Amino acid sequence: MYRSHVLVCGGTGCTSSNSSAIIEALEAQIAEKGLSEEIKVIRTGCFGLCALGPIMIVYPEGSFYSQVTVDDVPEIVEEHLLKGRIVTRLLYDETVQKDEIKSLRETEFYSKQNRVALRNCGVIDPEDIDEYIAYDGYQALAKCLNEYTPEQVIQIVKDSGLRGRGGGGFPTGLKWSFTAANQADQKYVVCNADEGDPGAFMDRSVLEGDPHCIVEAMAICGYATGATEGYVYVRAEYPIAVKRLNIAIEQAREYGLLGKNIFDSGFDFDLHVRLGAGAFVCGEETALMTSIEGNRGEPRPRPPYPAVKGLFAKPTTENNVETFANIPQIILNGADWFASMGTEKSKGTKVFALGGKIKNTGLVEIPMGTTLREIIEEIGGGIPNGKKFKAAQTGGPSGGCIPASLMDTPIDYDNLTAIGCMMGSGGLIVMDEDNCMVDIAKFFLDFTVDESCGKCTPCRVGTKRLREMLEKITDGKATLEDLDKLEELCHYIKENSLCGLGQTAPNPVLATLKFFRDEYVAHIVDKTCPAGVCKKLVSYSIVADKCKGCTACARKCPVGAISGTVKQPHVIDKDKCVKCGVCMETCKFNAIVKK
Amino acid sequence: MKTLEELMAIRDKTKQRMTVREDTGDDAVRVVVGMATCGIAAGARPVLNAFVDEVAKRNLKGVTVTQTGCIGMCQYEPIVEVLQPGKEKVTYVKMTAEKVAKVVNDHLVNGNPVAEYTIGTVTK
Repeated sequence: MYRSHVLVCGGTGCTSSNSSAIIEALEAQIAEKGLSEEIKVIRTGCFGLCALGPIMIVYPEGSFYSQVTVDDVPEIVEEHLLKGRIVTRLLYDETVQKDEIKSLRETEFYSKQNRVALRNCGVIDPEDIDEYIAYDGYQALAKCLNEYTPEQVIQIVKDSGLRGRGGGGFPTGLKWSFTAANQADQKYVVCNADEGDPGAFMDRSVLEGDPHCIVEAMAICGYATGATEGYVYVRAEYPIAVKRLNIAIEQAREYGLLGKNIFDSGFDFDLHVRLGAGAFVCGEETALMTSIEGNRGEPRPRPPYPAVKGLFAKPTTENNVETFANIPQIILNGADWFASMGTEKSKGTKVFALGGKIKNTGLVEIPMGTTLREIIEEIGGGIPNGKKFKAAQTGGPSGGCIPASLMDTPIDYDNLTAIGCMMGSGGLIVMDEDNCMVDIAKFFLDFTVDESCGKCTPCRVGTKRLREMLEKITDGKATLEDLDKLEELCHYIKENSLCGLGQTAPNPVLATLKFFRDEYVAHIVDKTCPAGVCKKLVSYSIVADKCKGCTACARKCPVGAISGTVKQPHVIDKDKCVKCGVCMETCKFNAIVKK
Repeated sequence: MKTLEELMAIRDKTKQRMTVREDTGDDAVRVVVGMATCGIAAGARPVLNAFVDEVAKRNLKGVTVTQTGCIGMCQYEPIVEVLQPGKEKVTYVKMTAEKVAKVVNDHLVNGNPVAEYTIGTVTK
């Protein structure tokens, strides 16, 4: 029996800020003090508050330490673990108030959250099946096999109102019923863990923090649809997730929770892991299946849909990681419980990956229908440096953006679609006044041009032309006529592309055009970039009245573009200037202006 | 594993060793062991561990065993305070691992503080 448990985040975020070394140091120090029998160190999945990593929680006190370094470890062991004195200076500052230590649950970041898919992340040891079972793991599978017919399971999922969390928002129960309705000698379940949107990392966190819930959910799906084999298609760039998933599958097999005759019900199910090489298009369901089959990851036309002819030409159900993560909880708590959260047509919760210009970068899980304002200002802690919010990008390269004027829109599938945006996988990139919307659209187009698989012309050639047009705008060489052409091409690509990648690729352009057309016009007509981002359109100059001739900027300029004599106003040679902005940062007299 | 009972057995067994991680909320009974240098020197560590083991063995719900720094009466260490919501704090002094079982049984389970171990009796 351990008197204290020390949970250290072992998600990718905290691992990259050295949490592995912290764990090693902790274990060494604990052993040195002879406390190994009393204190247990557990490497968990992601806590969500990635901005403050590496993160550590010490129980039973529940002390939440943030931004811990290896050098802090001796103090934590000596003071807290040995002598019971909490190291206040390392506590997450929001938990410390007027000499009183608040529970983590009461902090702004966590109090508004409702964790369903992420419920075990940062709570259990993901490499220990017993801890998953202790938190009601595999009970849902047992319940399905013992109490429900496959039809009943599908009905529960249908009644819950769960919709695909990968982006499309297709009703999950309906998807399952399509596969179940098709007769075949072999059917498959596929989990899409090829999380490709820049800025989205909830699927990775679920696999890292709670891999067993995916194993359990896939087995339930197999039972409901009549499949006996499943594949998890996960990116090779997620080594921690792959490792933990493999451990989970191995442990489930040992316990007989995968394999033949599970829970003595006659139901057989087993899982395989396939690694993706990181092509964005492989997140598209038909391309993903083609890749699992061992072929080049290219989409195929639908119909036939995967429910009829999917993996290896057999009926297949494909769901995203986050979708599966909800399933065991729906079975255990009932469809009504799940349907009680969220909005009329979007039930339950959604995980968002907060990134960009926001204080609390990380993962948050909130009920559908929460407004963007709550997410950004309350949970996210607002925009740093007192800047003004401009827009939030959702749905990655397939999505659009929500401008400040629509900040009070309750976020769900239909509201986002209505404003020309998209839920996508839940990446939420916050932008402030220093971001240029044309530049953002160009960034996402760069991504889709790189990731277009090349099979169909509208996507392969269309996105390339689209990017060239955007470049023309940011270079200040475009005319208003080009703007019309740009819009026309967007619609053409949307209508004619073969798969979701091309059909959604113009979305970032269309959305920014819709809400920030004035910025496009400013680039074209006034030849200026209002945010001062597009290098070809900005110029730096020195205000002679303010310049004291201190020579600081001239010494810092990497290309020697600034000249002048001491104590005399300096000038910038605009032909030489590379617009790096170093002079502006250096100047103590605010004498340099950017236009 | 073939039955739900087997699954539940693993669940209950594992849950027991994970109780320290539960957020017991405001209703929890807190057993606080003084673990500053004075407490440790006087033998607080075996006392703390004995409480952890005893509470686990009896599978007591809503009891948190935790440690604190110097309580200020070093000559009476090891000191253990039992805090129950709505009740007067009970302070046990000169505790030993052997005394723990009685405190858990009489006080935590049955609600009768062990008067003979409390500060009021010992310091008389």
